[in-house]
Amino acid sequence: MGRLNEHPAIKKAIALVLSYVIVQMLISTNIISDYLQVTLATICINIILAVSLNLITGITGQFSLGHAGFMSIGAYMCALIVLRMPTIPGFLLGVFAGAAAAALVGCVVGLPTLRLRGDYLAIATLGMAEIIRVIFLNLEITNGAAGLSGIPKFVNWFWLFVFTAGTILVISNFIRSSHGRACISVREDEIAADAMGINTTKYKVMAFTFGAFCAGIAGALYATSFYFIEPGLFGFMKSIDVLVIVVLGGLGSISGSVLAAVLLAVISTLLQSFPEIRMVLYALLLIIIMLFRPQGLMGSKEISLNVFGKLGDLFASRKRRV
Amino acid sequence: MKKPIVAILAVVLAIALLAGCAGNKGSTGSEDRNKVEDGIKIGINYELSGKVATYGQSSVEGIELAIEEINEAGGINGKKIIPVKYDTKSEPAEATTLATRLITQDKVVMILGPATSGSFKAQIPVAEKNRIPVISGSATDDSVTVDASGVKEYAFRICFTDSYQGTAMASYALNKLSAKKAAIIMDSSSDYGKGLAKNFREKFEAGGGTIVAEEAYVAGDTDFNGILTKIKGQDFDVIFIPGYYDEAGLIIKQARNLGIDVPILGADGFDSPKLLELAGAAALNNVYYSNHYSSLDEDPKVAKFIENFKAKYNKEPDAFNALGYDLAKFAADAISRAGSLDGESIKKAIEETENFDGVTGTFSIDENHNPVKSVVVIELKDGKQYRAEKIAD
Repeated sequence: MGRLNEHPAIKKAIALVLSYVIVQMLISTNIISDYLQVTLATICINIILAVSLNLITGITGQFSLGHAGFMSIGAYMCALIVLRMPTIPGFLLGVFAGAAAAALVGCVVGLPTLRLRGDYLAIATLGMAEIIRVIFLNLEITNGAAGLSGIPKFVNWFWLFVFTAGTILVISNFIRSSHGRACISVREDEIAADAMGINTTKYKVMAFTFGAFCAGIAGALYATSFYFIEPGLFGFMKSIDVLVIVVLGGLGSISGSVLAAVLLAVISTLLQSFPEIRMVLYALLLIIIMLFRPQGLMGSKEISLNVFGKLGDLFASRKRRV
Repeated sequence: MKKPIVAILAVVLAIALLAGCAGNKGSTGSEDRNKVEDGIKIGINYELSGKVATYGQSSVEGIELAIEEINEAGGINGKKIIPVKYDTKSEPAEATTLATRLITQDKVVMILGPATSGSFKAQIPVAEKNRIPVISGSATDDSVTVDASGVKEYAFRICFTDSYQGTAMASYALNKLSAKKAAIIMDSSSDYGKGLAKNFREKFEAGGGTIVAEEAYVAGDTDFNGILTKIKGQDFDVIFIPGYYDEAGLIIKQARNLGIDVPILGADGFDSPKLLELAGAAALNNVYYSNHYSSLDEDPKVAKFIENFKAKYNKEPDAFNALGYDLAKFAADAISRAGSLDGESIKKAIEETENFDGVTGTFSIDENHNPVKSVVVIELKDGKQYRAEKIAD
């Protein structure tokens, strides 16, 4: 174990492969049934959305309500491509084209609006998401309010894993890079960061664009797992749903976002057996959690593999004492 | 140290990939469904919360009344119906998820709902993959059961389509109201509004009428004086408002205030007590709309339904209640004729339905999985339903 600790990258790789393999085994043995696989898709899509919004809101400190807008760009772009090219290359092209289009819009919108701060930025991004939704509502190619149906399903655990783990890895590494540190400094005190020579606009736009890129991926995965999209899906409430996950997990904590996305999906699934009062109980649980953990489940802390390492050390030192 | 790890990883990955290929066979599970001796499970997948919860809740009330009646009368061929109910939160993705749960976990023989076209469309691929029929009582969008790629094999509905309503109202305006010129004020933010307007226009113009003005609003608007003042100067015999009661109620009120007293026509989107609240009784004269059902119907079957419904829920049934009631009875009728409980036989039985006698009319299922049924046109007088007339195309 001691030798392995010196190679964090290898440890990480083992953990990733193990989690992939374990879930894949459970799927092949039908312990994770078709129904749970659909739930798994919801969880993974929510993780990607929450982690990427956390980069914008939790790490860089820019309060955005436009995530549903970016998601819809990814979803429509991917759906339109796979409806014409229902193959795996078509699917991959759709995902990346969707993500790239979302990132482009994010960058173009971000340049002027990120000069705004706090509430003003929230309103500007909310407006942007609404504009995107109304455009999809009125375009001929997107089939207006009726939406696109019969989108072929490509998403399985393999693709979910690739994109979810990819997003988490890239964003958590980004945070640890010098760019990520710059983003955190913008969150802590923008004026001070500016005075230290950090180009705050550049880092804000960078975080915003990258967040939009990931939201585009999530949208593309959504379109190719649920067969149907319509503009109404990507309204204001979708952005709020994502924000709820981020706040619940803890602003600035990537593992918190992951944990909250999983937890909310589990709660929602368990409550399906009480159809009439489901949303009441769901809302009640959210209130209770926020009352007892106002800083979010994880606060700004992270769970990492080191936790297991520390546990191991603790165990070892105890043994030695004995 | 590094090399063995890489080798182990490679082996593990290879196993996982193989396992991945081996899985996902996708079973129909019809054997399990047939084994249920004590009852027949039917999935109820409806919008019980969220933005269109009223549609879902009303439909489910009708369904539950019908199931209660069927079970009291001894069930289907001696087997009781066991409803399995879930809430889609008015989200299409949730409808897909729950349809998967109903079919693969709960092993239902068919799914009723959801009420809206979008959510219903979202679950159709799941139904087709597992070969379990799904029926909606109120998904009126034209492309629900048939689209460019053909008829959806396992999707059915028991309500007429949007285009049919637009056409029916145009012929009503031409033939019954002897209108020659019409103005259209449509909800351009919904496909419902756009589709109705298009079909009304086509039929009205084909019948020798002219559309003198066409104005649009979006859902959520509250002030229509601009639109109404603009068209007021023109000469028209009727106004057609393809949209929902929220805005239609206000348009009717503001039009009457401006002195526009021509007949106002609409479709089933008008059917809500809210219309009366918004427009006021005084404005609701000379208003006609198409609907699935009217409580004025004198058929003894309808009278009995209204009586039973009032006894259970203590209120007047609306169109969604009636459609839900018919939906459950229709499903039970198909299952009783199917002979076996697998999806294939039930689907065939649904396709073969002839002259099913429901409270929303007598209908058969056509080759596009739509019912062939008549439209009821309701006339409002002082805010109340005054006259109902059945119009077959």
